[in-house]
Amino acid sequence: MSQTKLEPPAQAVPPTQPGAEPADRSDRVVVIRPDPRWPHLDAGELWHYRELLFRLAWRDIAVRYKQTSIGVTWAILQPFVTMVVFTLVFGKFAEFPSKGVPYPIFTYSALLPWTYFASAVAISSASLVANKALVTKVYFPRVLLPIAGVSVPALDFLLAFVVLAGMMVWFAVWPSLAILLAPLFLFMGLVSALGVGLFLSAVNVRYRDVPYAIPFLMQIWLYFSGVVYAITALPEHYQWILALNPMTAVINGFQWGVIGTEPPGLGKTLVSVAAASFFFVGGLWYFRRSEPRFADTI
Amino acid sequence: MATAITAEGLSKQYRIGELQSAYGTLRDSLAAGARRFVRREHRQHYEEIWALRDVSFEVVEGEVLGVIGRNGAGKSTLLKILTRITTPTNGNVTIRGRVGSLLEVGTGFHPELTGRENVYLNGSVLGMKNREIQRRFDEIVEFAGVGQFIDTPVKRYSSGMSVRLAFAVAAHLEPEILLVDEVLAVGDAEFQRRCLGRMEDISLTGRTVIFVSHNMQALTQLCDRAIWLDKGEVVLDGPSPDVVARYLQSGFGTGAVRKWRDLESAPGDDLVRLRWVRATQDGVPADATDVRRPIGIEIAFTVLRRGEPVFPKIKVFDARGDVAFNAMDTSPRWDEPSPPGDYVSTAWIPGNFLNEGLSTVHVQVCTLGAPQLRPHATADIIAFHVQDPGEGDSARGGFIGQWKGVVRPLLEWTTEER
Repeated sequence: MSQTKLEPPAQAVPPTQPGAEPADRSDRVVVIRPDPRWPHLDAGELWHYRELLFRLAWRDIAVRYKQTSIGVTWAILQPFVTMVVFTLVFGKFAEFPSKGVPYPIFTYSALLPWTYFASAVAISSASLVANKALVTKVYFPRVLLPIAGVSVPALDFLLAFVVLAGMMVWFAVWPSLAILLAPLFLFMGLVSALGVGLFLSAVNVRYRDVPYAIPFLMQIWLYFSGVVYAITALPEHYQWILALNPMTAVINGFQWGVIGTEPPGLGKTLVSVAAASFFFVGGLWYFRRSEPRFADTI
Repeated sequence: MATAITAEGLSKQYRIGELQSAYGTLRDSLAAGARRFVRREHRQHYEEIWALRDVSFEVVEGEVLGVIGRNGAGKSTLLKILTRITTPTNGNVTIRGRVGSLLEVGTGFHPELTGRENVYLNGSVLGMKNREIQRRFDEIVEFAGVGQFIDTPVKRYSSGMSVRLAFAVAAHLEPEILLVDEVLAVGDAEFQRRCLGRMEDISLTGRTVIFVSHNMQALTQLCDRAIWLDKGEVVLDGPSPDVVARYLQSGFGTGAVRKWRDLESAPGDDLVRLRWVRATQDGVPADATDVRRPIGIEIAFTVLRRGEPVFPKIKVFDARGDVAFNAMDTSPRWDEPSPPGDYVSTAWIPGNFLNEGLSTVHVQVCTLGAPQLRPHATADIIAFHVQDPGEGDSARGGFIGQWKGVVRPLLEWTTEER
């Protein structure tokens, strides 16, 4: 049978950008396969997408305090007011141990890594659902979203740190040489937050209970992380149990360097490092395993 | 020539439960788990459907491939796999080159950010490098025509402006392989037209395009080759005019003839039922008709009992799916209830009336229940092509280019010298 064949347009439409050559003639060959049985982190691909990671983190930071009247002041106000309340309730009334450091600076220096951790977990856990439009329409390694999520509150941390420096001058508390190790302890906090965030963000795709559970979880977690009392003041065997919570080592180690409290102890620190690694690997494994179904179920 | 896409045995399975309750609460799962535990039930068996089944094809570089099929045939699933939004259950695809798609227009736009910031964000999301966006930035802004508003937050833009900006970013992506889902393309007709235009530009520069559409005219015009999917499987793969023609004549109804096996399964109710509908020219069913001669739309129906007065009606669509015209039989014979029996009514579409291309017809037998028409029997579309043999005696005369318009009357012209 014959078919109406329409004539092509009289003259060819010129391309909109004259002389435009594909800029990045990527000879990348992509093979799309069924979900792998054993998920792995494709580092090469993450590297390929590094610019997008910066872009996503930058977007979240840029948007974070838009249309708020006091803006970034929130980053300082939150830990500061909490510090005042904790000092009154736990420091003055309940006389919790702070191991010789003035209670305000003790609790404030603990609140900094803690606030970072709590916000990082909250933001990264919500990241997949918050970016539903991206997840269902464009391909990119989904891990970028929780990773960008944990990088956002780092800026808040830096701002609140300026206040800590001021308090240190005020209370005449000086850092020890161990401050050089503080970034490592903070990195451990980031890795733990990312592990928890990876796990909860993947759970959140399926069960929207996560946003309700997080404030509750963080509230309980805080009391077992040495924010309101010094972990080192506890009986030894409790310290070993609490070392399973990586945040105890993060906070204790940070305070050791910054305000010169007792060091966390090598054994307990290694337990915490192991726990943080477990969180991270477990979270990543669960995330990668659920990843292929995100677009179908979100 | 190098292959751009090789798909081998692609299959995608969905569980119905997964699609319907997109997400549940933990409580539901715990409750279901507890029930299973108490009653010792087995895991709830999901109903499974195959959205794609063993689909294999190759696309060579520079080829423009069309994908057709009715809704739910697996077209969108195929695109989702090719864009890597979802993974196949079985099989694999090898893709050489950067993939871009016009389904992502505006994804990742953030209302609080300025136009400039959004161009960078959206560009990165679509896979552009920073320096690439920098180099194209001015072109993008110019193409979008947002000019001085580029540093204003996008939430202050009119919806037209933000769509233009989003489209400008997507259009400058310069993918080596472009995927277009016309069915999903959002926006007004103007916007869809621009998508098609952009697709044409890209295909002319020798890049690979996969085009999913219900617009058969555009598809035959733009694509060299087409794949017809049905129930997740490839029914036919070949030159697009052939595939489109076979698709239109397939059992699902679009072809010049539509017949029903028995009266029970035919469309209709207890008053009237259709028997067959067909498009004819010169007394024989015609998939391809000559533009110069009349086309008969024959409607065979059976009146089952004496009831309200009924009459036949047709609605004719052009290839873009727009209504070309409606027509109904207004003769006085239908003023009184018709005696039970078989009838064949023919609507005559005059010669030199419809334009060239595909026309589809929707048939009804109705009652006039003022102020509305109440249909008793409705037929799926039948379709036929109108073509011009080019002998110079049609409205075209000697012109051979594209002839626009829904209708193409051969008008009578008078010219006087005065």
